[in-house]
Order: sequence, then C-alpha cells, then structure tokens
Amino acid sequence: MSGRNRVIALVAVLLAALIGAGGYVWNVRKSQAETLASAPPVDQGGDLQSLRTQPHIVFRSNALGETYGRVAVVPLSAPNGPRAFTPASCERVYATSADTICLSAQRGLVTTYQSRLLDAGWNEARELPLTGLPSRARLSRDGSLVATTTFVYGDSYANPGQFSTRTVVTRTDGEVVGDIEKFKLVVDGKVITASDKNLWGVTFADDNDRFFATAASGGKTWLVEGSLQARTVTSIRGDVECPSLSPDKTRIAFKKHGDLPAGKWRLAVYNLRTGTEIELAETRSIDDQAEWLDDSTILYGLSHNTDGSASSDVWKVPADGSGKPEVLISDAWSPAVVR
Amino acid sequence: MYVSLRDRPGADSGKSGTIRRVSSTVVLLGVVSLLTDVSSEMVASVLPLYLTAAVGLSPVAYGFLDGMYQGVSAFLRIAGGYAGDRGGQPKWVAVLGYGASAISRIAMLVATGFAAITAVVTVDRLGKGLRTAPRDALIAEASDPKMLGRAFGVHRTLDTIGAALGPLVAFALLAAVPGSYDSIWVVSFAFAIVGVAVLVLFVPNLRTAAGSARIGLRRTFRAVSGRRLRRPLIAAGVLGLLTIGDGFLYLSLQERDDFAAVYFPLLYVGTNIAYLALAVPLGRLADRVGRARVLIAGHGALLAGYLVAALPAGGLGLTLVVLLLLGVFYAATDGVLPALVSRLVPDEARGSGIAAAQTVVALARFASSLAFGLLWSLQGPSWSLLLFAGLLTAAIPAVAWLLRGVDAEATA
Repeated sequence: MSGRNRVIALVAVLLAALIGAGGYVWNVRKSQAETLASAPPVDQGGDLQSLRTQPHIVFRSNALGETYGRVAVVPLSAPNGPRAFTPASCERVYATSADTICLSAQRGLVTTYQSRLLDAGWNEARELPLTGLPSRARLSRDGSLVATTTFVYGDSYANPGQFSTRTVVTRTDGEVVGDIEKFKLVVDGKVITASDKNLWGVTFADDNDRFFATAASGGKTWLVEGSLQARTVTSIRGDVECPSLSPDKTRIAFKKHGDLPAGKWRLAVYNLRTGTEIELAETRSIDDQAEWLDDSTILYGLSHNTDGSASSDVWKVPADGSGKPEVLISDAWSPAVVR
Repeated sequence: MYVSLRDRPGADSGKSGTIRRVSSTVVLLGVVSLLTDVSSEMVASVLPLYLTAAVGLSPVAYGFLDGMYQGVSAFLRIAGGYAGDRGGQPKWVAVLGYGASAISRIAMLVATGFAAITAVVTVDRLGKGLRTAPRDALIAEASDPKMLGRAFGVHRTLDTIGAALGPLVAFALLAAVPGSYDSIWVVSFAFAIVGVAVLVLFVPNLRTAAGSARIGLRRTFRAVSGRRLRRPLIAAGVLGLLTIGDGFLYLSLQERDDFAAVYFPLLYVGTNIAYLALAVPLGRLADRVGRARVLIAGHGALLAGYLVAALPAGGLGLTLVVLLLLGVFYAATDGVLPALVSRLVPDEARGSGIAAAQTVVALARFASSLAFGLLWSLQGPSWSLLLFAGLLTAAIPAVAWLLRGVDAEATA
C-alpha cells in the first residue's frame, strides 16, 4: 500500500470510530433526556416535622426528575402515597427517630464519598470517616452507634489485594470504635487470619455491644456475632450475607447464595432460637441488606430497568415464607423504618 | 559472533551524532500503546464500580476475578515472544494481541453474567500477554543499541500518557451519560481500533530473525537459558520477589493517612506523573552509565519508598514522597529491563529473551503480592514493609554482584 493510501485508510478508520462511538453516546444521551422529560412528576406532600412524630419510613427517592436521589419520608400508614422531601441527597440512608446516617457521593474527576450524620432538622451534625464506595449503613436502635460498609479499591483492578470491604463502627458522638475487619475472627473455633478476610453488613443488637455481620474468606461467607468490647467476631453459621435483626431480636433476615449462579442471592430468615431457616417467597435475586417493617414483614430494594434508566423499588414480603412479594414504595431505595 | 550490533540505517536520524532521535517506529509503537492504554484504563477505572454496583458481584466473586486478571497474562508472554521470533513476524503477533483486547471491549456490551465477564477480561489479558514481548522486540530492533534506554523511555512515556488519559475520558463520559457503562465500552473500543489501525498501517514488520533461518524451540530455549541471560533473569526474579504491588503501598498509605484515604485513586495518578517525567531522562541515563546500574538504583528508590511508607507519621508531604519514589522505581526499571535484556540474546531470539525476563518479573511479583498480603494480615502493614525493606537491602548488593559486567557484555 502506498504511503498516501495508508493515510487515507487511517483517516477512514478514525472517522468511522469517531462517528460510530460519538453517535452511540449522543444517542444514549438523547434517550436519557427523553426519559427524564417524560417522567411523571412525583407526588409530594406531608409535613416533615409532623411525620417525625409518627411511625414513618425514610428512604432515598429514585423517581426521575429534580428530586432524584433526595431522601424522602412517608408515613407508615400510607407508604405509596405522597412523599415529603428532605434537603439531603444520599446514596444510602438509614435513620432512627433522632439521627440519620447519609452516605453520599461527590462525583468529579475523582469521585469521593462522604458519611454524614444528620440531625432532626436534616442538617449535617457531624462528618464521619469514610473510605471507598458506600455499600451499607446502619444505626443502632438508640442511635448511639453507626456502622458503614464501603468497597475499597484502587484505580487499577490488576493487583491482587487491592479490593476489599471496609466496615467501620463509630459512635455518633464521633469516637471511632474501630474497623471490625481488625477484630479477631473465629470460624468454627479456629482463628481466621487469611489476607482475603472481609467483613460487611452490620446489624446492631440493643445492648450497644453485640452486633451481627457477614464475614468472608476463601470464597465462603458466614453469619458472625461480634462484641465491640471484646473486639471479636465469631461464626454462627455459613452462607449468610447482610444480616438484619428482627425488632423482637429472635430472627435474622439475610441473603444467601446457596447453589445459585455467581452474583445471585435469595432472601431467607434464620431463627436464632430454633436454628431453623426459612426461604422467603421472593425468588428473584436480591442484593440488599433487608429491613424489618415489623416482626412479620421484610423490606428490601430491587432494581428495575425501564427505557435504559435504572431505578429501584422497595418491596415487602412476609417473613414466614408465605404470601408473595409486593411493591411497598415505587422508585425508592435504602428504606429505614422508624417507629 | 553471538550478538549482532548492526546499526539500522534510518534508526538514527541525527545529522552528525550530537542530537539523536529515537526511530519513528518507536514513536509509532508508542502512539499505538497510548491509544490502547486510553482504551484499557477507561475500562479498568470503572470496572470495580460496574461489577459491584451494576452487575452486583459480591466482594468474594470480585476477588476471584481480580486474581484471574493478574495471573492470566504471564504465561502467554513467553508464547507471544517465541511466536514473534519463530515466524519472524513480530508485528503480526502484536496485531493479534492488540486486536484480541480491542474485541474484548465490544464484547462487554453483551457480557452480563459473571462467567461471561470473566471470559471477556481473560481475552483482554491474553491479548496483553501476547503483544508485549513482540512489541518490545520491535522497539529493540528499530533502535540504535546505544540508545535503547532512551527508546524504551520514549515508548513508556507515551504509554503512560495513555494510561493517565483513560480514567479522565471515562469520568467525562460518565458525567455526560450517567450510568451508561455501554457508552464506556463503545468509546473504549473506538480508541482500541484506531490503535490497531496505526499499528497495521504504519509500523513496519521488522524481522528480528535478521534474514537468517528460523530459530527452533530448542535453540530459543538455549539462548534464553544461556550463560549471558541467566544472571539477569535470576537478578530480575530476586528483585521481583521483593517488589510488592503498588496497590499494597497505596493501601498502607491509606491506612495511616486521611488524605490518602479520600483521594485514593489520585495516588495512582501521582505515581504516573513522576513516571512520565522521568522515563526518558532515566532511560538516557541508563544508556550513559549502564542499564544494570540504573535498574539497581531504581530498586534503591523502591526500598526508600517502603521505609517512608512504614513511618508511623502520615500527611500529604510524606505521601507525595512515596509516590515520587515509586515513579522513580518504575522509570528506572520498566523500560530499562527490556533494554538490558534485548542486547544479551541473539537477534533471532530477542522476543523470547525479553518475554522471559518480563515473565520472571510478573510471576515473582505475583508471588510477592500473595506473600505480602498474608504477612499484612498477620502482622500489619508497617511490620511487613520493614521486613521487605530489610530483605531488599540484603538483595541489592547481591544483585549488583550478579549483574557486574553485564552492561559491558551487552555493548562490547
């Protein structure tokens, strides 16, 4: 091929690449804008102040439009009715009657994430340490302890050891209790020190010392019970991720992998007294830390994909394996039930 | 005559010798690497987010993919180097490697499950393994032997510019079309295809076999395991065993330092800037004072980096010092090692020789990462860093002794 023809061929490839890729991106942008424009307005209503005084659900509203990503509140009596919007925007949110923990992202050249405690007026009361990509957040019942889980990773995924979770427990007054990954992990009586050890998804008991969480090492996961004072975590049973303790403290809702394909889970409830496990009527794969609506109903987020834009709904399903799943709040994520 | 030292006509375009430029082939290969690295780093920078947030992989499944990614390319390197030597067509072996990686980008559009994504990532790494050694053999073939360090420096600089641009392009795209990972794969594919086009259309297929008969597997093996290469390979292996992944260094910085924790992804950028600024000057220095010497000095910088990272104190200043030292280490080793090795093997086995050295380093570093990860969890980062620093302190004089005279041998 002559030099001239080579240049012509390169210009042709360049143009094809430019037009092809540019056109693709432009098309995606256009369809995203259309989806946004045609989104029905969210039903807003309710008074934040008075909602605080009655049982309510705090969640991240995913309805498209200006309020996308904002934290909203609905009364427990009308979960799918009008929602009252708070000024806060969070990727993950959890709340008690006094405090709210909000994990948020600041997108930019380097996306950074923040963990903020919000006071009763939804204003920032304190910033807590946070590293990595927000994954889970929980407060203890009385609001004195907070646990956050993040995925920690570097820019390159080519180095072993660069990816892990980090789960930090902090007192809401700002004192850091510690990274529970550094606690002593005991599985079936043996201390685990493997480098791939990860812990995530904390749920607190009521005494402000005990907690439950997920531990993983060597491709296995366990439900662990931990003590903040003793700085230990001990395995209770295998194949449990993201536990959530029921209000009456007798059962744990969790997601299990079982013999499902990689990256799929299903919801189950484990009875701490009897040691029995019930799989719930929800058969789709759930990747969320479940929340208890009351002692007989489980809430969880499930994503849906319509017109190329991803959103999610909050679903409910009976905790005893009966019934069938129903949408509780549409276009919502990260529910916290406050009574 | 074991090593031929022909100067290629045209490789040295300087008029009377004072201002010498690297060959246009080296610059073109650098441009190919730049475009390919924009493509691969775009994907690399969003993949963790995509896999955990959009695909929903658990950390455990992710960890598996992570290790896979590292291990896969090491063995294919030897195959790529040998294939380039054997057929005398290093360019087309490189095209195959770059092409495989390009195709893996567009395959991300349809790969949804864990198995499919693992397969796609594997094809990408196979491509990388295949192309590296024949490409470096082409660089060595196109360059004046006295300027090899500089030639590799120029190539690695262009390569690193691409690696730095990739994440920027990806973040800009995600800002324009939030959540559209498909757009990332498509644009990444476009960059990769233009890179392959430059390679196919403009890089000459320099025959490393130098017109002689094709070399057999046995002769290649003899050349690679021969006396001249043995000591450098052992040295590279020992040093590789004491080189912990930068991921671990970053994690230990993050462990002690709030700044490093918040701006974790920027640590990588900082190292790259130092590398970018130093690759050419250190390559030239290697040509002047000896490649083995610069290689060893680079590990001295790494040793200093371990020690600073192990300090109980933190802060922005100390973090920057570590990043600078790490950049010096990469600039003094990444291009210098192939420059050193390529003159120690006969022309017709050059790709295999370079591949052997790079594979030894890759495998040794992989083993070192596993060992360091284990030590970290048993004894914590500072203790482990100090142990590796101690071992490296002992290894550096030993390696200097091993490599004595190697530079003279390469240029004699």
